[in-house]
Amino acid sequence: MGVYLDYQATSPMPESIREVYLEALAGVGNPSSIHQAGQRQRAALEGAKERIAGIVGCEPIEIILTSGGTEAINTALKGAVWAAHAARGPETPTTIVSTRAEHHATLDALDWLSANEGTEIAWVPVDDQAVLDTDSLEVILADHPAVMVTTLLANNEVGSLQPVGEIARLSLEAGAPVHVDAIAALGYVPVNFAQLGVTAMSVSAHKVGGPVGVGALVLSRRAPELSALIHGGDQQRGRSGTLDVAGAVAFAAALEVREQDRIERSAHVSKLRDSLREQLCAAVPEVLMRGSSDSRLPGNLHITVPGCEGDVLLYLLDQHGIQVSTGSACQAGVPEPSHVLVAMGLSEEIARGALRFSLGYHTTKEDIEEVVSVFPRVVEQARAAGMASGR
Amino acid sequence: MGVKVLAAMSGGVDSAVAAARAVEAGHEVVGVHLALSRMPGTLRTGSRGCCTIEDSMDARRVADLLGIPFYVWDFSERFAQDVVQDFIDEYSEGRTPNPCMRCNQHIKFQAVLERGLALGFDAIATGHYASVVEGPHGKELHRAATWAKDQSYVLGVLTTEQLEHCYFPLATTPSKDEVRAEAAQRGFTVATKPDSHDICFIPDGDTRGWLAERVGEQEGPVLTSEGEVVGSHQGAHAYTVGQRKGLQLGYPAADGKPRYVLEVRPKTNEVIVGPKEALAISELAGSMMSFAGADPVRSGLAEDASDEYGFGCEPFSCHVQVRAHADPVPALARVAGGELIVSLQEPLLGVAPGQSAVVYVGTRVLGQCTIDRTVSALQEVSSG
Repeated sequence: MGVYLDYQATSPMPESIREVYLEALAGVGNPSSIHQAGQRQRAALEGAKERIAGIVGCEPIEIILTSGGTEAINTALKGAVWAAHAARGPETPTTIVSTRAEHHATLDALDWLSANEGTEIAWVPVDDQAVLDTDSLEVILADHPAVMVTTLLANNEVGSLQPVGEIARLSLEAGAPVHVDAIAALGYVPVNFAQLGVTAMSVSAHKVGGPVGVGALVLSRRAPELSALIHGGDQQRGRSGTLDVAGAVAFAAALEVREQDRIERSAHVSKLRDSLREQLCAAVPEVLMRGSSDSRLPGNLHITVPGCEGDVLLYLLDQHGIQVSTGSACQAGVPEPSHVLVAMGLSEEIARGALRFSLGYHTTKEDIEEVVSVFPRVVEQARAAGMASGR
Repeated sequence: MGVKVLAAMSGGVDSAVAAARAVEAGHEVVGVHLALSRMPGTLRTGSRGCCTIEDSMDARRVADLLGIPFYVWDFSERFAQDVVQDFIDEYSEGRTPNPCMRCNQHIKFQAVLERGLALGFDAIATGHYASVVEGPHGKELHRAATWAKDQSYVLGVLTTEQLEHCYFPLATTPSKDEVRAEAAQRGFTVATKPDSHDICFIPDGDTRGWLAERVGEQEGPVLTSEGEVVGSHQGAHAYTVGQRKGLQLGYPAADGKPRYVLEVRPKTNEVIVGPKEALAISELAGSMMSFAGADPVRSGLAEDASDEYGFGCEPFSCHVQVRAHADPVPALARVAGGELIVSLQEPLLGVAPGQSAVVYVGTRVLGQCTIDRTVSALQEVSSG
C-alpha cells in the first residue's frame, strides 16, 4: 500500500471491523419484519444505534441511518426547506445561512436549493484560516430568519475547527436551527451532539474505518421535523428504505475502536503531524501551512507550495508510493483550485499548489521520514514541470 | 530496454490500443487523460471526441486493464487560451483555423510533452496514424502505412525537438478495423466506440451558432468581385472560403451557376462570392512555419538562400496538402523573405487563409505553414 496519508478521503477498515461486518452480513431477516428472525435483526440494529448514540452523545431515537454523509447533509438542508414549504406554502421564502468553505455536499445542495426552490443563501465570511466569522453571523442572523444554519465542525480540507458552540448559541438565540457537518471531525476530536447544542449533525462510517455507504443524520428530538428525501415504507423517522443492519453494526464497532484510539493516540498523531510540518518547512522554506495553527484536526496538514501544481506534486509523490490529496476528490479526477482556499482569500494560483496530508492513528514515524526524504526532490521536479508547461 | 512513456489517452479506441502496444513493447507506461474543458459534459454525444467525463472514464478503464497508473491532467486554461480563443480570433479575422492542429501544436506536443519531460518521461505516445523514421539527418515524420488512415497532416506542426520524443504505435496498422479488432480482443469496452469528427469544444456541432454567440451577429452585404450586392448575411465570421451552402442568395447568378464564397472581409463585414473558377489559386504563402526534422537545405532538397529574414532556400519539388483529408497536389516550395511560398503545379480550389499547408516530399512530412495569403489562378492568367 505504500505510505497512506489520505485518511480524510477514507480510512481503511481494520481487520477486527471486517470480521464484525462479515459476521453481521450473515444475519437473516429484515429488521422491519415481524417474525423472530426479523426481531433478531432489529435487536442487532437497535443495539448498534445505542452504541453509536453513546459515543456521539445523542439518544438512539435521534439517529436516522442514511447511505452516507452526503445523504445526511442533503436531508438536513433540503428537508428544512421542504418542511417550511409544506407548513407555510410552496411560495414561502426560505433562507439558509452558511459559508463558501463548506464541503461540496453542502455547497452543491445549496446551489440546487437556490436554483430550484428559490432559497436565499446568506453567506457568512470565513477568515484566512477558513474559520467562520461569528460577528458577521450575528449580524446576518438578525436580518435573515433562516430555516437552517449549516457549518462544518472541522474543515475537511484545511482542518480548522469551527466555533460550533458559539455558532449554535447565536443561531438558536435568533430562532434558527443549526446543522453541523461533523464528518471530517468524527473520530479525531470529541464530537458530542448534546454538548454542541446543535439541531442536526451529519456523520459517516467510512471516515472512521467503517463501511462506505453508511452514515447518519442525528436529528434532535426537539427539532421540527424535516421533509424526507426518500419515500417508501417509513422504516425510520423521515427516511425510507430497508435498514442496513450489518452496516450499522460495523459503524458502531468502528466508532468504538476509533474512539478508543482517539483518547489514546490523538496527541501522538498530532505530534507526528507537527514533525512532518517542521521537516517539510525546513526542507523547502517556501512551504506554507494553511488553516488554523492551534485549533485543527490532529492528523491534518495542509500546505501550499509556491510555483508547483498540486496535481503534479500528487503525481510525483504517488510515484514514490506516497498517497496524499490536493483537497477533496472530485468527479473524473479533474482538479480545480480549492474553493476553500479561494474562500480564505488566496489567489487561484496559490490555491493550485495545495496539498493535503491526512494522517491516521496507524501512521508511523517511518511514514513521515519517507515523505521528508523525497519531498525536496519532488518539489524541485514539480517546479521544473510547472515552468515547462507554463501559465 | 524500455523507456518511460507518457500515453495520452483520450478515451477513444486508437489511443487505447496505442497505450496497450506501448506496454507490450516493454516500456514503463503511465496514462494521462487531458482535461481540456472546465465544464465537461457527463455523457458523450454524437461524434464529439474527448471532452466528457464518460471519455475520461473510458480512458481510465483501459488503463486499469493494462495495469498502468492513470492521471487526469488539467490543461483547460491553456486549451481555452491557445485553442478556443485562437479559433474565435482567427474566424474574427476572416480566417479558417484548424483547432486540432493548434491543440497538437500548443497542448499535446508542447505543454503536455514538456511537463512529461520535466517529470522524467522520455516520450509521449498517442493514437495518431503516422510514422517516425530514423533518417540520415535525424528523426523524420512520415505518412502512415495506409493512406486512408493517415493523420500525418495534423502532425505537420511538430518541430524537430518534439519529433524526438514522439511515439506513434499505430504507425504501421493498415486499418481502423484492425485496431478495433485488437481492442475487442484485449477486452476494451471502447472497441466499438464511434469515431470522433466534430470540433470537441462545440457541443452540438453548430459552429456557426457557436461563433455567433461569441463574436455577435451583424447584418452585412454579400457582394460579387465586381461590387454588385447580391444578398445579405448575418455576420461575415460565419463564412468560409469555398463555402457554397447556406448563402441564401435571393436570385441566381447571370449564368445560372452556383456561387461560392471567395473572400471574407470581417473588417467591413463583407462576404465576396463568385463562380467556382474564381476559387482556384496558384500560390499560397505563410510566415508561421515549422519543419518536422531537418529543413530542406539540411535534407539536401534545396540550395541555401537565407536572407535578412533568416532561413531561406531555393525552390524544390514537393506535394502540398491543405486539409486533413484533401489530396496532395504537386508544387514547388521555397522559403524567402521569412515566408514559406508554395507554387502549385495544378490549381487548388477554396483555400482559406488560416488553414495549414503541409509540405510532403514522398511520404515524408517536411513542414508546414499557416496560410496568410493566396494568389488567384485567374488573376495570374489575366495578368499574364
